[in-house]
Amino acid sequence: MRLTRRAALLSASAFAAAGFLPRSAFSQETPRRGGVLTAHLGSEQRILNPSLRASTGVYLITSKIIEALVDLDGKGNPVPVLATSWEASPDGKTITFKLREGVTWHDGKPFTSADVQYNAMELWKKHLNYGTQLQQYLDAVDTPDANTAIFRYSRPMPLNLLLRALCDLGYIVPRHVFEGTNVLENPANTAPIGTGPFKFVQYERGQFIVAERNPNYWRKDLPYLDRIVWRVITDKSAVAAALETGQLQLSSYNGLSLADLDRLKDDPRFEVSTRGIEANAFNNTLEFNTRRKELSDVRVRRAIAHAIDAEFFIENFLYGQGKPATGPIPSSSPAFFPGNTPPYPFDKKKAAALLDEAGYKAGSDGTRFSLKLVPINNGEDVPLLATYIQQSLAEIGIKVEIVQLDVAGALTTVYRDWNFDIATGWHQYRGDPAVSTTVWYRSGSPRGAPWTNQWGWQSEKVDQLIDQAASEIDPAKRKALYADWVKAVNEEIPVWMITERQFFAATNKQVKNHHNTTRWDSSDWHDTWIAAS
Amino acid sequence: MRILLLALRRAASSLPTLLILLIGLFLLLQLAPGDTVDALVAQIGGGDPKMIEELRRFYGLDVSVAVQLGRYVWRLLQLDLGFSAIYGKPVSAVILERLPATLLLMGSSLSFAFAAGMALGVFSARRVNKWPDTIISTLGLVFYATPSFWFGLMGIVIFAVHLGWLPAGGLEEIGAGYTGLRRILDIAWHLVLPTLTLALIFLATYLRIMRASMLEVLTLDFVRTARAKGLSPGRVVSRHVLRNALLPMVTLIGLQAGTMLGGSVVVESVFALPGLGRLAYEAVVQRDLNTLLGIVFVSALLVIAVNFIVDILYARLDPRIVT
Repeated sequence: MRLTRRAALLSASAFAAAGFLPRSAFSQETPRRGGVLTAHLGSEQRILNPSLRASTGVYLITSKIIEALVDLDGKGNPVPVLATSWEASPDGKTITFKLREGVTWHDGKPFTSADVQYNAMELWKKHLNYGTQLQQYLDAVDTPDANTAIFRYSRPMPLNLLLRALCDLGYIVPRHVFEGTNVLENPANTAPIGTGPFKFVQYERGQFIVAERNPNYWRKDLPYLDRIVWRVITDKSAVAAALETGQLQLSSYNGLSLADLDRLKDDPRFEVSTRGIEANAFNNTLEFNTRRKELSDVRVRRAIAHAIDAEFFIENFLYGQGKPATGPIPSSSPAFFPGNTPPYPFDKKKAAALLDEAGYKAGSDGTRFSLKLVPINNGEDVPLLATYIQQSLAEIGIKVEIVQLDVAGALTTVYRDWNFDIATGWHQYRGDPAVSTTVWYRSGSPRGAPWTNQWGWQSEKVDQLIDQAASEIDPAKRKALYADWVKAVNEEIPVWMITERQFFAATNKQVKNHHNTTRWDSSDWHDTWIAAS
Repeated sequence: MRILLLALRRAASSLPTLLILLIGLFLLLQLAPGDTVDALVAQIGGGDPKMIEELRRFYGLDVSVAVQLGRYVWRLLQLDLGFSAIYGKPVSAVILERLPATLLLMGSSLSFAFAAGMALGVFSARRVNKWPDTIISTLGLVFYATPSFWFGLMGIVIFAVHLGWLPAGGLEEIGAGYTGLRRILDIAWHLVLPTLTLALIFLATYLRIMRASMLEVLTLDFVRTARAKGLSPGRVVSRHVLRNALLPMVTLIGLQAGTMLGGSVVVESVFALPGLGRLAYEAVVQRDLNTLLGIVFVSALLVIAVNFIVDILYARLDPRIVT
């Protein structure tokens, strides 16, 4: 996507003007006021504070209560929320946000630039996962007046990167509630206070969370819904039953089993799709420990990639929910996707030839060598893929032993103890490669940091491209740098992205104006309503 | 007075056991790879080293295991179960929150299973090897062999999804604001399916034990004497046989009540009930040591209490047993 600062500013002010018009003004039906939307919560969160924890499980709840500076629209472009406009200085080191006026916190106090300053300096930069990385070069936030916040960086910060990242990493909690307390223990972490369309009411641990309409919301006469209830249901089959009986109207981020998603797809009562979750793509990965002699040879890594039939796996294990990946940047991210094809198509013969060439001939029992595979069980498909990898590699003479651990155990084993040969799990793409993708390839991550390069692999060229792209302020040059980077890491494959997938949501069709932005489940639902049954 | 002394003696002798249990579990859990910060990072999809280090300090995981254990035991001696890493509040509060639902679910299914198991056991023992006995025994075996999640899900599919008679899950109607009797009825309504699901498995055990025990007692001399006295068959069973046959049942309920607080992870998950079983499971997965040890502590207390009650019951049922 090409977006100059001027264009960004223009569209920003255009949106600020249109901000009071609900998006539903474009839809055919007249929205109905009132009603309760019941949504599924699959795993309970420890704290409900998006300024301390960046996670879809947290956003699912808090984004209705606490607002960010910006959000994404239906095309994935940043649009104003608490910030009304933004501008970057020519050197890219200063970014000025104009803030919305007349916004009050749920406790009645006014929202000002001091809140933004506190969140950026004390919470995002010090505590927020991925935020600490994003804001590591943030020196100060100046607040010349109550409605202006000036972010000062010691290195150029691409405006596009910052805006995209701030949708997730730019939530604002009230300074007056958090300042001077131990932020990790603040009671507002489980009883959130924000500026959003809904006010927190009740949190029954293990059961439900309730939020109700905020009558003083800054978007006049919105939201439409009276209440939102999130029900905690951990069993995926029970989620399907709750949807079918109407106890739930929405389950997102693959809260249903793959089989139930496939089944409910044909049920006229529900919409099962990836619409409105495009901003959160993920991959099934295969990570190589290149400290292992065999795997330090790129030919062996390529042979393994050629030996696994991604298409077959997707068709037969994932009910067709996905496609073979082309690299670490998904095709659903037009701003960065370089447009390449999957680099290692399934080819058993080529795999065997590569292994022979690398000097690992099959022994008398047909085995070349053995590997230890650690699955990191983010989802139900990970153990399936582990078994599929085991069988696929057996066919080219690599014996695979699967080590079963729970998530915490697997993370420690892979990322801290390096006690693995290959590992498989998920890579989550968060709108911009610099947020959580390039750390999988950049050298220098301290031992123990999960989902970072702990493969014993390093490339100066790749490191350089990553650093350059992270501070390149011209969007077109940035995209080109990432294209080079994708090419370089696809060639070396320290990590192989096997599939490219998107999360599915199942929504009762009674719910209107749903999934109309690219991160709807993590957005504020101010224009969502429920049709009379 | 004698009972009080007995209770005190029991308590004194179980204290060391309790302490060993807790310390053993603490050490055992150190063997599991990963700690609660790893689990948290896994849940939120990643984090950077600085934040991880900060969190380790926050949860008190930056010191050696020996120091952590020392801190834990010291707190325990002051009757403080510590802070739950998942819930961010005292473990005692977390457990107390979950206790009512667990006791309600387990209490009602155990009583139902006990009553129904007893009735069916007596019934099939009196018609041993005839068709009612065969049917009941076969059903018992089927219940026993079927996994509870399957029963639960099938119950939901039939009674909630297709027939729409019962709710699919949850403890009560959320946000309905019921109070008093209406609320009690609402909760009872929600607990019908989970109680039955859980009870069916217990039921099978009680049924078989009761049947076997009845058959055994029926062959004893005093039963023949009672019959010889000219007592009606019903009176023989209710006054003489049943009372003696109940002893193994009481033993069994004592054993099973001990596991009550552990709850049933499966049934609680399928029916989305906020019980201790799911809490314990969460605590293991998220490596929340304090919560897990807290649950073990409370369960151990319950086992001690229940065993004490069972001992007293023995004496009531069979005066020959002196406590």
